[in-house]
Amino acid sequence: MTIIDAKGKSYTRLNEEIAGVTEARIEHCEGQRFLCDGTSGKKIEITGVPGNALGAYLNGSEITVFGNAQDAVGDTMNSGKIVIHGSAGDAAGYAMRGGAIYVERDAGYRAGIHMKEYGDKKPVLVIGGTAGSFLGEYQAGGVIVVLDLPRKESKGKSEKNGAGESGKASVRGSVNNTENNRNIVGYFCGTGMHGGEIYLRTQTPPDDLPLQVRCEPAFEKDMRNIRGYIGEYCRLFNADEASVLSSPFYVLRPDSANPYKRLYVMN
Amino acid sequence: MYQYADYEIKRDRERCINCGRCVRECSNGAHYYKETPQGKTLLADETKCVNCHRCVETCPVRAIKIVKSDLTFKENKSWSAQNLKEIYKQAQSGGVLLSSMGNPEDYPVYFDKILINASQVTNPPIDPLREPMETRVTLGRRTREIRRDKNGNIVTEHPPRIQLSMPVMFSAMSYGSISYNAQKCLAEAAQRLGICYNAGEGGLHEDFYRYGKNTVVQVASGRFGVHKEYLETGAAIEIKMGQGAKPGIGGHLPGAKITADVSRTRMIPEGSDAISPAPHHDIYSIEDLRQLVCSLKEATEHKKPVIVKVAAVHNISAIASGIARSGADIIAIDGFRGGTGAAPTRIRDNVGIPLELALASVDKRLREEGIRDNVSIIAGGAIRNSADVVKAIALGADAVYIATAALAALGCHLCRSCQKGNCNWGIATQVPELVNRLNVQEGCGRLCNLLTAWNHEIKEMMGGMGINSVEALKGNRLMLRGVGLNEKELEVLGILHAGE
Repeated sequence: MTIIDAKGKSYTRLNEEIAGVTEARIEHCEGQRFLCDGTSGKKIEITGVPGNALGAYLNGSEITVFGNAQDAVGDTMNSGKIVIHGSAGDAAGYAMRGGAIYVERDAGYRAGIHMKEYGDKKPVLVIGGTAGSFLGEYQAGGVIVVLDLPRKESKGKSEKNGAGESGKASVRGSVNNTENNRNIVGYFCGTGMHGGEIYLRTQTPPDDLPLQVRCEPAFEKDMRNIRGYIGEYCRLFNADEASVLSSPFYVLRPDSANPYKRLYVMN
Repeated sequence: MYQYADYEIKRDRERCINCGRCVRECSNGAHYYKETPQGKTLLADETKCVNCHRCVETCPVRAIKIVKSDLTFKENKSWSAQNLKEIYKQAQSGGVLLSSMGNPEDYPVYFDKILINASQVTNPPIDPLREPMETRVTLGRRTREIRRDKNGNIVTEHPPRIQLSMPVMFSAMSYGSISYNAQKCLAEAAQRLGICYNAGEGGLHEDFYRYGKNTVVQVASGRFGVHKEYLETGAAIEIKMGQGAKPGIGGHLPGAKITADVSRTRMIPEGSDAISPAPHHDIYSIEDLRQLVCSLKEATEHKKPVIVKVAAVHNISAIASGIARSGADIIAIDGFRGGTGAAPTRIRDNVGIPLELALASVDKRLREEGIRDNVSIIAGGAIRNSADVVKAIALGADAVYIATAALAALGCHLCRSCQKGNCNWGIATQVPELVNRLNVQEGCGRLCNLLTAWNHEIKEMMGGMGINSVEALKGNRLMLRGVGLNEKELEVLGILHAGE
């Protein structure tokens, strides 16, 4: 595997180097933005902190970050996979149209907003910790899963990486989450949602859901939809699948694909 | 509730041959047959008439005309019939009033109060029929300094640009808001004319990738149909921040218009609403805008110029100054008369400012700040004819966007009912029988005719001024004079009054 040292390099230079390889490990990343944007067929590992818009328009590459990611991870991603061993900043997976993002810990505000789907292209965003406000705002398709797993012991160095370390994931209710009885998604979850699904591993679904969003306990048939994603999360981050699944989930779905049909009168 | 009819359908019974063509042509059902003892009689339900002239123009015996209804309310300067009818509609439905096409209200049209200069005696006019005249324009960032390589040769590499044969482009109209045939007419005409059309925010239909060199692809807040191949296909990428017809609000294509083909192009399920939020949720500042500009450039190897389109609003010059520093190559300013497939009536009619004032103040501000060369400016929003093009360029535009004028060339009669999706002329509809009414070859020919004529008129006007290239007309306010404008208006426009 090629090693690319990111120290002191501009994002343009780094992306040029990435363009020349298919597998690489980028070390000492120091906030360079736009890494791997629009790339396909690459396997990239990153240590340090990648900057905003990591893997935007991603077109099939696999990116693994050993640490936190900043804002707009996988913005308008088309296909591929982004794995973050840490937290993600705001707007992770904005307008994703395919592929998968796995965040070990928390995501900031506006995660998974305006995700879409078409045919077999169904984007997935799995968040191991909690999510900030506006989760799945305007969601038009795809699947968002928030697990609120208890945090593992500090991994030392990666703690310092800052960016997504979410004070941003505004959490209401008890800080003690062993019972999974707190709100895990902040305010305004699913505002404007008109497609897709949000799965929340909690016994306390958000109490401020908009009228057009239905919130129901997830039954076996619902859980079947996300079993594979949870399995993949557990494999990636070494979590215990049985204990993840032992706690109940709620599923959020829009009531209508045309929530604003009656808003207008022709003039 | 009583349905007021704005128009009356007059049928000349002496001419009418009872053929029923009008019944077949009207998708709104304004004409119908009634069975009577004497046979079938043609009648009209004028409440359904939108005054699109489809029946008028297709009637084989010219038996139909549409007139304005003279049904009156008691006259009141403050409470017009329009005001009252809108109140009745809202009281009945509780709905937000939805309209389409540009602001029709009585605000000043500054283009109509600006006159163009011509040479007399000194600096003689140029005859475009016999002398060379350049209407080609290049849009994008301009490099100021001349660089040389180590052998002393000038480095001719330049930032990405768009080259147009004339300073006019077709502005953004998405597949979904307009029909397949309408978009194909625009694409085909743009290719033939050597200009660009803008595919709008609805993605790019697979059949239209071949027009890539003449396509501006758009990235709006809904990010419909945006992926790498799409970005790489266009001649330029436009970030849509706002639209003149509805500044500050997003887009909403109703599920009824998301047919199978439109849904595949947008990559959303069939029948689902296509909602573009009002803001880009990752843009809260010029720095954030810069981030989107740069991420698009990174994803396309810095080969595509990036356009940022904004609506003309009160602080437009400060906004444009920010955009010019964001890394964008081109700013598109959309005036408040710009068209739309659907916008809330109150927004369309009350929000934004006139293009002429916005354009002049942006050009002035960027020149004052020494950053005018950072960007090109495209002006849009009810550019109606070649004189408007010339005036816009003299006010500081590099090129203009036209849409309503282009649709009119395709048969649009500005009945302003696009939001209903029943366009009788096959333009703003997804109903297959209606779409088929628009013949692509014919439509494309009409667009080419229109712009070829405009191009010649532009040359005539430039020649009259003794100017032989669009480049020399750009920002050349000495060629303009105002009539009937007050001092403040003249100051903002940066022009003198006629006679001065």
